[in-house]
Amino acid sequence: MSLFGRLMRDRAAAIGTLIIGVLVLVAIFAPWLAPYPEDVAAFHLTDRLQPPSAEHWFGTDRMGSDVFSRILFGARITITIAVIAVGVSVAIGVPIGLVAGYYGRFTGGVLMRTSDVFLAVPQIVLAIAIAQTLGPSVENVILALSLTYWPFWARLVYAETRALKGQTFVEAAQALGASDLRVMVLHILPNTLSAIIVRTSIGMGATILTAAALGFLGLGAPPPAPEWGRTISEAREFLPEAWWYAAAPGLAIFLVVMGFNLLGDGLRDVLDPKLRKGR
Amino acid sequence: MRRVELVLSRLVWFVPTLLGLIIVVFLISNVVPTDPARIVAGENATQAQIDALREQMGLNEPLIVQFGIYLRDLVTGDMGRSLYTQREISSDLLHRLPATLELTFAAMILAIGLGVPLGVISAIRRNSLTDQILRLLSISGLAVASFWLAMELQMYFSTRLGWTPLNGRISGFGPENITGFVVIDSILQGDWASLKSALSHLILPAITLSLPAAATLVRFTRAGVLEVVNSNFVLYETAMGFPRSLIVWKYVLRNALISTVTQIGLVFGTLFAGAVVVEAVFDWPGLGTYAVQSILQSDTKAILGFSILVGVVFIVINLLVDIVHTFIDPRVLK
Amino acid sequence: MNESLLDVDGLSLGFSGEAGFAHILDGVTLRMKPGEIRGLVGESGCGKTTLASAILGVLPRHALKIRGGTIRFDGTDMLSRTATADQARVRGRKVTFIPQDPFTSFNPVFTIGQQVDELMKWKSPERENAGVPRHPLFTRYPRARRRRDRERILSTLASVQLPQPEQILKKYPHEVSGGQRQRLMIAMALLPEPDLIIADEPTTALDVTIQAQILGLLRKLATERGAAVLLTTHDLGSAYEICDSVTVMYAGQDVEAAPVDAFFNAPAHPYTGKLLASRPEGAGGMTGIPGEVPSFYDPPPGCRFAPRCPRATADCKRRPDPSHPGEGHMVRCYHPIDAGSAAEAAEIVGAER
Repeated sequence: MSLFGRLMRDRAAAIGTLIIGVLVLVAIFAPWLAPYPEDVAAFHLTDRLQPPSAEHWFGTDRMGSDVFSRILFGARITITIAVIAVGVSVAIGVPIGLVAGYYGRFTGGVLMRTSDVFLAVPQIVLAIAIAQTLGPSVENVILALSLTYWPFWARLVYAETRALKGQTFVEAAQALGASDLRVMVLHILPNTLSAIIVRTSIGMGATILTAAALGFLGLGAPPPAPEWGRTISEAREFLPEAWWYAAAPGLAIFLVVMGFNLLGDGLRDVLDPKLRKGR
Repeated sequence: MRRVELVLSRLVWFVPTLLGLIIVVFLISNVVPTDPARIVAGENATQAQIDALREQMGLNEPLIVQFGIYLRDLVTGDMGRSLYTQREISSDLLHRLPATLELTFAAMILAIGLGVPLGVISAIRRNSLTDQILRLLSISGLAVASFWLAMELQMYFSTRLGWTPLNGRISGFGPENITGFVVIDSILQGDWASLKSALSHLILPAITLSLPAAATLVRFTRAGVLEVVNSNFVLYETAMGFPRSLIVWKYVLRNALISTVTQIGLVFGTLFAGAVVVEAVFDWPGLGTYAVQSILQSDTKAILGFSILVGVVFIVINLLVDIVHTFIDPRVLK
Repeated sequence: MNESLLDVDGLSLGFSGEAGFAHILDGVTLRMKPGEIRGLVGESGCGKTTLASAILGVLPRHALKIRGGTIRFDGTDMLSRTATADQARVRGRKVTFIPQDPFTSFNPVFTIGQQVDELMKWKSPERENAGVPRHPLFTRYPRARRRRDRERILSTLASVQLPQPEQILKKYPHEVSGGQRQRLMIAMALLPEPDLIIADEPTTALDVTIQAQILGLLRKLATERGAAVLLTTHDLGSAYEICDSVTVMYAGQDVEAAPVDAFFNAPAHPYTGKLLASRPEGAGGMTGIPGEVPSFYDPPPGCRFAPRCPRATADCKRRPDPSHPGEGHMVRCYHPIDAGSAAEAAEIVGAER
């Protein structure tokens, strides 16, 4: 059975894929799906803080904008941040892990100790420090997250490379005179891919949560961007009366992160049975 | 003896890791310098005044010299002055550390007390309805944004129902400061009113904070137990008629916990990190609130100090985990 | 009937999994008298270990399907789902176990002493009721009994020839050798003063050089203490050396049971004949038996050896009833080898030549 077919047989993974699929579609088609696309920037102060109704499914916010429309547009920000930040982390972490694992001893030691330094502080703390220094913007959030999350992929690839290095097929390739680069890219890297894919799916969820927390602390996209974390922080002063205002973005974050976690679990079961334990 | 060796070998890495951390954080906070002199001088200061301040604060020195000075002061426990509170950053941090540790430990206890038993139950009832529900709950626990959950709990239990205080750490003056942990201080002084107040303030933040950690522990414990439960020694113990509950809760759990304990360092990290955001919501007077205030004030040195302190706590916790590991898994010492 | 200690009667069971139902044991009958040392022999995968595990009650519950038959130990129904309290009293006390792999059968994170103590806490011969209390996690180990149990432990460890028993008890399992671990397992099997010890290939994980020592020790101590032993093995040589009698299994069926002399000198079942002949020192040299062991998912009807048996006829599609060619000798075959006829024996062996 194809990989996708096996994945879809796992109920959890199928739900996760569905959620992520919807997220991507929403992000792409937000301007057409949103009932009030202009509300990303426009405001109607006479309609502020209206409870959910047929016109405004998730009610309106403090500016009278449609919360539902803003959530749909927020998906764009979330997915942009997560995809680029995780992409950059993978692009930094994987080569470092590969080189460190392949050359072992000194080079490996230095590179892995460097990643230890980054792991010595909780990711959000480091991300806060970086994002604060650079100032609030989506680009800086992406940069902060990339700089803090790469060690996870480095560690993972390092461990896998170490394990693969002693295997016969790698030694055979070396004996046949393949260059180090060739062995790393053509022989070792493909064998670490499934672990990388699993870690990436789960990493997306973690990244989205951290990005939302940065937004909540005021370090994300500046207003009036419909970023979910920021929306929750804006909603705070209107609780408990305007409960929908905070509930909608909170649930959106929950659903999306859940989607990536479910997919990650499913991928792990399908791709990498030996990784089954733990997260 | 092997245990001492192992601990020493970890300690050797303590200093370079910490130094690396300081360098990284220092560099980060100096990449795009928001000019601290401008903040200190105030909005109406002239350029000349600012320049004088820059000179006085050592900001005109090359970065490497600034770093050397920072490091020299740091060794003596001097992290500089906070632009915001106007006090020594190190004393601010030490003053606030107990509040954060109290919250983190409370969340840790909740997470372990909830996560480990539920993980065991989930594993021994594998694929039952109970297991399915627990797995769904644990994966949900990892997907909730803690600041949002904090707000929702606060809205429901404090604002709507009025069961718990809205924010803060204690009402009134509280007990005399002995350990800095108000719960412990209240007990030490037999001040039951303060204890009640402290616990009622503590419960919501602790629950919020513990949720993702508990979820992680459920997943790890479940996986650990499943791995152990089919091993030969369980078969042997069963065949020899050891009581079933003893096999599960003593012999299997002890083995399963080996992988869980190595995760506790990580879990503590997530708790400590989560505390930053949760504290901000509950106005908990700990390091997290301090960090958020410093961010809002662009108080670079305070953030630097905060990051270093968190790094130290983090490294120490991981060291402790390694030591505990040698006690529960004697094979490590082989 | 009443003199038998263990009575397995017509036991049929199997496991259902993704590939369907695996019918592992098919109408197995096994009787043991008190003090008897019986070998349970057959090739790997013939159901020996499953039978031993069924008696011990350690088969995985969720996939297990019992199709019929009984296991009775000294009056206790070991299969009943209602007599669990009685079963708990039997297990570890009247029936003990020596596992196949002494390396992994100790719990790696407790000292040997802690594990032996735990056994004696529940299964000491002095304990009135060997069953499970309501709160085992909070049950005390009475101090006086603990002291007396300690002496028992030390003397038993000495009797299995372990040097410095006090030191060994303080060690973790990974700190002692494989041979010592198996001696410890024997000691633990003897400590509750059981009526029956089930030893599942107790020496296969050990060096050849110490296998004989360990088996000799097991026989000597069990005989001294009047415990019966059920020894599963695929090694006919060790069965010959230490057993009083032998039961042969093939593909989940018992085919023959005989006193050890009759088994080796006058085998009645064609499979037993082939098995003896296929030994390196047997008449046939290392010939092996042509054909393959049938799949448990789709076993042949009747005698499962029939597809590989040169004597098989249409009758063999039905499982033969036991017949008794001699005293204590049982065989399930329509066409048994005539014990007296050397020509027949030669024919069996010669068939492969």
